[in-house]
Amino acid sequence: MRDLGNAKARHVAPSLDRLIHERMRLGIVSALAANESLTFNDLKSLMNTTDGNLSVHARKLEDGGYIACTKSFDGRLPKTEYKLTVAGRRALENYLSHMETLIHQMRNG
Amino acid sequence: MGPTRIIPLMGSIHLVVPQPEEPPALHERAMDNLKYIRETMERATAFTGISGWGQVAIGFTALASAAISAQQKTFKAWLAVWMAEAVIALLIAGWSMDRKARAVKMPLLSGPGRKVAFSLSPPIFAGAIVTVVLYRAGLTNAIPGLWLLLYGTGVVTGGMFSVSAVPIMGLCFMALGAAAFFAPAEFANWLMAAGFGGLHIVFGVIIARRYGG
Repeated sequence: MRDLGNAKARHVAPSLDRLIHERMRLGIVSALAANESLTFNDLKSLMNTTDGNLSVHARKLEDGGYIACTKSFDGRLPKTEYKLTVAGRRALENYLSHMETLIHQMRNG
Repeated sequence: MGPTRIIPLMGSIHLVVPQPEEPPALHERAMDNLKYIRETMERATAFTGISGWGQVAIGFTALASAAISAQQKTFKAWLAVWMAEAVIALLIAGWSMDRKARAVKMPLLSGPGRKVAFSLSPPIFAGAIVTVVLYRAGLTNAIPGLWLLLYGTGVVTGGMFSVSAVPIMGLCFMALGAAAFFAPAEFANWLMAAGFGGLHIVFGVIIARRYGG
């Protein structure tokens, strides 16, 4: 039964957005969808990750046009701020509908 | 020395090969992903869910209450002014957090509101009970310190889910509460104004400027 369901669901799987399918990147996009903007340190704290790991994944999302990064100074301290772009929000919405389709297909056997 | 004999100790040898676990079905992973997205969004909303401008508004109403309560002749009247302020502050906090949550299309009670409510309610309930006890015992001088200390405790615990400014504000309230216990009674109203008025305004501005309102 599970194999049958999986076979049906696989019709949807290849079109999954690989850029946000990865856990950390999915988390970054989800956190930014719930906030107007978040700083690098906010995201690091929220995602409970390291500077290096967050930088790598944020850069990939930035290169993909899903998030926008602005660098400024808060007093003397450098501040990196991230925002979700329109493309990023649309990508998350598409990803959510993909997940819902997978579940729906499985339930309807 | 005779020839070495190998005595078979076991009948046969079985290789222990771990059986591969069945990978989770696609729909299970899909449900897990949806749960992860929802939880991350809730956590992120709680993180910045406290409204800075709401805190500023509460600060100004608290300053007004401090000015009005300072003119009261009896402790009962003083208490009534601050009780009214507590209700006003609660309404402002609820409204401003709801507004901020709606701006990011996240229902207030799905995450941030619930966490703040669960964290603040126990110390406020404890404060209400002890206030009645102290009032009956005639130890009314201890009430301002108690309020500042317990409110600070709730803000620290609730603030653990939030931006660092919130628990720091809670610690400042606790410090003021501790000071109120040992300060002369005539300073009590000033300390209430400094805490519920001053700290809310200062930290409210910081939160609003850094975290979008």
